[in-house]
Amino acid sequence: MDVYRALADETRRVILDELTARDGQTLFEICATLMSRHGVTISRQGISQHLDVLEAAGLVATERRGRTKLHFLTPEPLAEISRRWPTTGRPRP
Amino acid sequence: MKISLTSVYVDDQRSALQFYTDVLGFVPRHDIPVGEHSWLTVASPADPDGPELLLEPAEHPAVGPYRAALAEDGIPLAQFEVDDVEAEYARLSERGVVFTQPPTDAGPVVMAVLDDTCGNLIQLVSAKPVTD
Repeated sequence: MDVYRALADETRRVILDELTARDGQTLFEICATLMSRHGVTISRQGISQHLDVLEAAGLVATERRGRTKLHFLTPEPLAEISRRWPTTGRPRP
Repeated sequence: MKISLTSVYVDDQRSALQFYTDVLGFVPRHDIPVGEHSWLTVASPADPDGPELLLEPAEHPAVGPYRAALAEDGIPLAQFEVDDVEAEYARLSERGVVFTQPPTDAGPVVMAVLDDTCGNLIQLVSAKPVTD
């Protein structure tokens, strides 16, 4: 799964927004905030599948705390985009 | 029909009773020996004759996998209403309670999720003050 495919979905972008706002969330918390703040009504299983896509692209990592699995933002793969198309250091047309 | 009793499975009834009373602040209602366990219930001090929470032994083989799967995803097994989730979060954190989810703004309510140390995640919820 590449980073472009992973980003090509509004729900997945909103998940990254919410992890940027508060890192280290359970699936339950992500579902609750997507529903209450963004009106996302996708099932918990659907959100879990979106998280799997983000994890496969290296944008989200999971870690166990006790018996609970938390999701963390790992935005490093996004650097590939600005390396490929630098946003600074070129003359304006 | 009304809800007068609901239950959570607990790993150990005595430590559960201690956590639900000493830490969370419920009051004991029934403690009736039944075989090696007890019919053990607590109630809210705000409504001592109201609904009871049964602290039920978690020994059925289905309970382990059921609770493990829910805990992994951070899904609470019971929800309790409080006046102020932020205040309870501060009070309980001070007492060493672990929260898997800090107070979270969820539209009309604020919610948080704690570990009851007996195998369950518990959600606290309070209504947000109405603002114009």
